[in-house]
Amino acid sequence: MADNFFLDNKDLQFTLTNVDIEDVVRLREEGYSQVADFAEAPEDYADAKDSYAQVMKMLGGICAEFIHPRSRDVDAEGATLTDGVVCYAKGTEENLDILAKAELLGVTLPRKYGGLNMPTTLYTMMMEMVSRADASLQNLVGLQDIGETIYRFGNDEQREKYLPRFTTGEVDGAMVLTEPEAGSDLQSVQLKATQDPETGKWKLNGMKRFITNGCAKVHLVLARSEEGTKDGRGLSMFVCESGPNLKVRRIEEKLGIHGSPTCELQYNDVEAELVGSRRRGLTRYVMSLMNGARVAISSQAVGIAEAAYRAARDYAAAREQFGATIENFPAVYEMLINSKVNISAARTLLYETTKYVDLRDVYEHLVEHGDGEEVTKEDKAKSKLYTKIAAVLTPLSKALSTEMANKVSYDSLQIHGGTGYMKDFNIERYCRDARITNIYEGTTQLQHVAAIGGVTQRVLEPLMEELSQLPYHGKLRRLANSVDGARQKLNSAIKSALEREDNEYLNLMTRRLCAAETVVFVSYLMLRDALKDPEREVLVERYVLDNVPVAELDCEVVMSGELSVIDERDKILAM
Amino acid sequence: MVNRYSRACHSSTDFLQIPTRFFFAAGEIITKHRRKIVSLTSLVFVKQVPDTKNVTGDAMRPDGTVNRGALAAIFNPEDLNALELALDLRERYGGRVVVCTMGPPAAAAVLRHSLYMGADEAILLTDRSFAGADTLATSYALSCAARKLGDYDLVLCGRQAIDGDTAQVGPQVAEKLEIPQVTYAEKVIEIKDGIATVRNLIDGGHEIVKTPLPALLTAVSSANEPRPAGARRLMRYKKAMTRTELLAKHAGKTYEDSNELAVEEEKLRERGLWIHEWSAADVGADPQRIGFAGSPTKVKKIENVVLAAGQFKDIPLTEEGIDALAKELIEDNVFV
Repeated sequence: MADNFFLDNKDLQFTLTNVDIEDVVRLREEGYSQVADFAEAPEDYADAKDSYAQVMKMLGGICAEFIHPRSRDVDAEGATLTDGVVCYAKGTEENLDILAKAELLGVTLPRKYGGLNMPTTLYTMMMEMVSRADASLQNLVGLQDIGETIYRFGNDEQREKYLPRFTTGEVDGAMVLTEPEAGSDLQSVQLKATQDPETGKWKLNGMKRFITNGCAKVHLVLARSEEGTKDGRGLSMFVCESGPNLKVRRIEEKLGIHGSPTCELQYNDVEAELVGSRRRGLTRYVMSLMNGARVAISSQAVGIAEAAYRAARDYAAAREQFGATIENFPAVYEMLINSKVNISAARTLLYETTKYVDLRDVYEHLVEHGDGEEVTKEDKAKSKLYTKIAAVLTPLSKALSTEMANKVSYDSLQIHGGTGYMKDFNIERYCRDARITNIYEGTTQLQHVAAIGGVTQRVLEPLMEELSQLPYHGKLRRLANSVDGARQKLNSAIKSALEREDNEYLNLMTRRLCAAETVVFVSYLMLRDALKDPEREVLVERYVLDNVPVAELDCEVVMSGELSVIDERDKILAM
Repeated sequence: MVNRYSRACHSSTDFLQIPTRFFFAAGEIITKHRRKIVSLTSLVFVKQVPDTKNVTGDAMRPDGTVNRGALAAIFNPEDLNALELALDLRERYGGRVVVCTMGPPAAAAVLRHSLYMGADEAILLTDRSFAGADTLATSYALSCAARKLGDYDLVLCGRQAIDGDTAQVGPQVAEKLEIPQVTYAEKVIEIKDGIATVRNLIDGGHEIVKTPLPALLTAVSSANEPRPAGARRLMRYKKAMTRTELLAKHAGKTYEDSNELAVEEEKLRERGLWIHEWSAADVGADPQRIGFAGSPTKVKKIENVVLAAGQFKDIPLTEEGIDALAKELIEDNVFV
């Protein structure tokens, strides 16, 4: 059988088969009525799922046979800047070309703009496979989110103007937020947007930095539209096109993702259009864009981890030392098993996250655009609930996936030994590529900050309760009991942390609380999955046995109320 | 005759006598068919083949024929190159791309894949009486299909199929249709005033030839990178089916006793999801010239040839060594 990154990945196939997005697809397809206008639209849920599987198989082939073989050269060549013009590596150009031909740009956009109207869950699975083949390509292809943001917040004119060009690959996008003095803290963005009082036209002036694909034809720019303001409420979102007034001043030399150009941009009187309403740039639109990007980066991380783990597994099966292949040594196979289990764990959480992101999006759309009478109270309640769940799962998933990818690529290089440190194998690249995932689109530490509110409000508690009530027997029952116990401890730990009314302590404990929440929730998800496929029992067994004790330890530390990190900080750091 | 068509040779081995691999059919045929192209109809012949790159133990039957059931069925690789040539031409000159395969009902899979890539129409040439065909009978059947289609400007095939490796079917179809052929085609440089300028691969280089249309081209793997299936097209055309498949879907029903089938067929046709199914009678094929009956080729014996080590010879890498090797090869008539 020809190589295929979907067909060779049982875990991903299991996910697609079992992820429950029936509600999502029905709502997206408007009760499967789109088939009247578009022959490619599904007739029912089974038809949609079949189409998704076939598209995944098709992309899986492209990833394995086309994109992956080019990834080394893309990394070595990288994107370059000559006389203000950014050039992708040759392989990157070819990759984008084949994906455009495969009609895989703008997959989530509505069909009338040339999109495939696919749920985020599917788009994320695609990005995972692309990342396994070439992580840097995901950065470029993943900027489809720009089109999605224009679709959601732009006006009809802007949709007509930009979206069809995104889906054909005629234009690409950049999300232009960061400035030298505004990284994690986007409230301090300075780039100026000024409106001509007579024509009403906007112009952008200023600098942006660390802009992925800043050479793109269409830019979504966060800029200060309200003179004299200093915080996020003075920022608006603009869309503009590249031109002589928009200069790429330099591109960064980076540790990894070489195929993706990271640009420093200069805007000199660049004409732009306002997207949505003024002052909502950061608070509404960028947060939405950023949450989408966080999910995409989670998929990038899972994809890199998958590539790294497989490289290590293949290497361990081939490399002989002391008269045996090294896969037979406990120290090595333990690393392989941990990698496998942790990838599966992160994947489970990722696609549970995308399910709720999809649910949030379809219910939000229904409530905002649905016929007044058709929108029920339940719909509104669902929209609210799913928004809350997605808001806590998105950062937890990003934190888990990206830290996992770093650990898996680290161990996978370790399995390669000295050879892995050399450029002869792909593993050193996977380590370099993974390293950015837990930094950009918000560091892991910021993901924890984003999640802790939902964690302390126990947003996931009803979901965990429901999952704990599934009919587990035998081994799964024993494992579920242990997870139930950890959940109780976690609830106590949260209660005790809140009762202290000490913000600094709560901030310090945020990492541990988020980690424990993640372990408990993921354990339940993996238990549920093992009910669907008994083969997966061993995965959840390994995960629970390795991680629940760590989560309980975290809870104990939280409950201890021990303050030396806070109290002795100066003393220790001055030593 | 030949002088009317300019030829340019861009070979790195110009000094060698290179046999030309294109032929012109009789002059009156060319005149009869010549017309100005405004939009091009390309007929692409494709084949479903066993995946001989990934052979398993039971790939061959004891009688020396291929056990097709034991191997995955794939799109013959060079046929993908032929289809890509046709799709590229449609993008440049307009027109349509019709794909045709001869095979069992399951061969509809390669037709659907052709639709995913961008073909406009698909024809499955299927009939029990086509079974057991060698290249002669196959090319006759295909030429009958081409004649039934009638209005083609170009016929394209892969150079050869990976299950037989004969490279005979394309040229034989051209002969039977009495149209010129360019084999080993890599690129159609231009089509103008009913003349196609084609670059084709020859030993050690390539040549550029002109041929009047209609003509047949056989494509080689170096011609292009066949495009992938389009996701939107895939979702649309995965529902395309043949009459046999429609009958199988409604097992037990027939057109005679149920109106349902005719209604569904009409719906499929309206949406461009109907894969035409042509039988031997549909294309007016002479029963004596198709299938087993029309195939003079019989597999007499299959031998497993294992090259013994004794057949290898070390040649010292010196001028004398190479000189001696050249002389030996000339004596053995390997070099002439």
